[in-house]
Amino acid sequence: MSDAMKAPFVEFKDVWLAYNHELLAQGHYAVEGIDLQVQRGEFIAIVGPSGCGKSTFMKLTTGLKMPSKGSIRIDGQAVTGPLKISGMAFQAPSLLPWRTTVENVLLPLEIVEPYRGQFKKKRPEFEARARALLQKVGLAGYEDKFPWQLSGGMQQRASICRALIHEPQMLLLDEPFGALDAFTREELWCILRDLQAEQQFNVILVTHDLRESVFLADTVYVMSKSPGRFVVKRDIDLPRPRELELTYSKAFGDLVFELREHIGAVRKPAA
Amino acid sequence: MNAKTLEKCAPWVLLIAVIVLWQVLCTGLNVSEFIFPSPLRIAEQLNEFKGIIAGHAWRTFWVTMSGFGLAIVVGVLLGFVIGSSRLAYAAVYPLMTAFNALPKAAFVPILVVWFGIGAGPAILTAFLISFFPIMVNIATGLATLEPELEDVLRVLGAKRWDVLVKVGLPRSLPYFYGSLKVAITLAFVGTTVSEMTAANEGIGYLLISAGSSMQMGLAFAGLVVVGAMAMVMYELFSWVERHTTAWAHRGSNAQ
Repeated sequence: MSDAMKAPFVEFKDVWLAYNHELLAQGHYAVEGIDLQVQRGEFIAIVGPSGCGKSTFMKLTTGLKMPSKGSIRIDGQAVTGPLKISGMAFQAPSLLPWRTTVENVLLPLEIVEPYRGQFKKKRPEFEARARALLQKVGLAGYEDKFPWQLSGGMQQRASICRALIHEPQMLLLDEPFGALDAFTREELWCILRDLQAEQQFNVILVTHDLRESVFLADTVYVMSKSPGRFVVKRDIDLPRPRELELTYSKAFGDLVFELREHIGAVRKPAA
Repeated sequence: MNAKTLEKCAPWVLLIAVIVLWQVLCTGLNVSEFIFPSPLRIAEQLNEFKGIIAGHAWRTFWVTMSGFGLAIVVGVLLGFVIGSSRLAYAAVYPLMTAFNALPKAAFVPILVVWFGIGAGPAILTAFLISFFPIMVNIATGLATLEPELEDVLRVLGAKRWDVLVKVGLPRSLPYFYGSLKVAITLAFVGTTVSEMTAANEGIGYLLISAGSSMQMGLAFAGLVVVGAMAMVMYELFSWVERHTTAWAHRGSNAQ
């Protein structure tokens, strides 16, 4: 990466989080001793068994949760509250059923400044932008349909559009493709890959799909289960742009296997 | 006849069947009209006293609507407060449940002491009996937001108010219309019960005075009118519900 010399975009320094005071007093942490440095425009993936604190990590990164110990800096600023430069999407698309797809995508612009103040005045412009974005992810012709008229994969695309409409510098995805069938999932990988290549936002992808993490990410972190901590950091040096065929190559398979072994080791530390 | 028209006709067919059976039983067993008037007799009385009944029915109607309107305003406001704050939910809900368990007819004498005989007690009884379902449904709609969606919005800097207005309120609309259908029928019950003891006008009053002068046909005619009014209002709210929150009923008519 050319700007690797610059200050990191996301920086975690020895971050610990307990969900409440009792747990803190007992020393039960959801995540422990997280150290992390992400460069601007980097795509990282966090993999691990379910319940290992991946989602907690997301909440920390967006400022929805404050760490019990340690510090988080994003874009050079200490995180003190919800971070408007981020967009989020989850496994459940959670679109609003009374809004059409394009209206759902517009929702963040009705809330986040500076768009909020201009929303009434610039609505046609914003709407054109939302439609363009929907077309880019292959939802042309579905913009004015309601979410419940769309398939699961289409809803998830719309959900990603909603996360990106305010042009966030950071996209946080919590198992976004987990509920989709394998073919739809691979299709959405490519859509995400292309969007990121074009707009160069940071992505933090939380997943338990190793192939997904290796295919998409620049760096994969393996997280251990309770306490949640990073046990491995693996740079994925496969050349970009990556095509789906790559996932059947030996280099790719080796990487997946290597990560899988780390998770196995995490699962049974005694063996 | 296909299944859809059958479904449409079913309530009318049943209604006619019940009336016919009723009439047959009354004439067949020669039941005295002082005990149990036949449909024919009720229809006669309805026709004979149509002016008087219409007057009382109008009174009952506007009284019910006033109480119901009050119930909507108070129910929505309380539901909004309870649904949007966990603390308020915890504090208010048990009290409200206890209050709802009280028989509203028992309030009528108290209301008479406070407001005198007339429309006042009837409006308030209709209100007291019908605001609870509205409040509960609004509160439920607001309190059951998906946490992910809330995260998506909060990270954008959305205030509680934004989340309530953009998501909470539209989401609770189907619950709201559902509750209106229940509440309007209850409101008619409240008005009628109150008028029976504390009014000189209205269907409730008509029932009592017809009953005490042994005009059972007239009393039954009054009941029929209340039932018909409640049914019409119920259908009205069903219609509004279907046309404003179609997205919530997609299972039956989507695509």
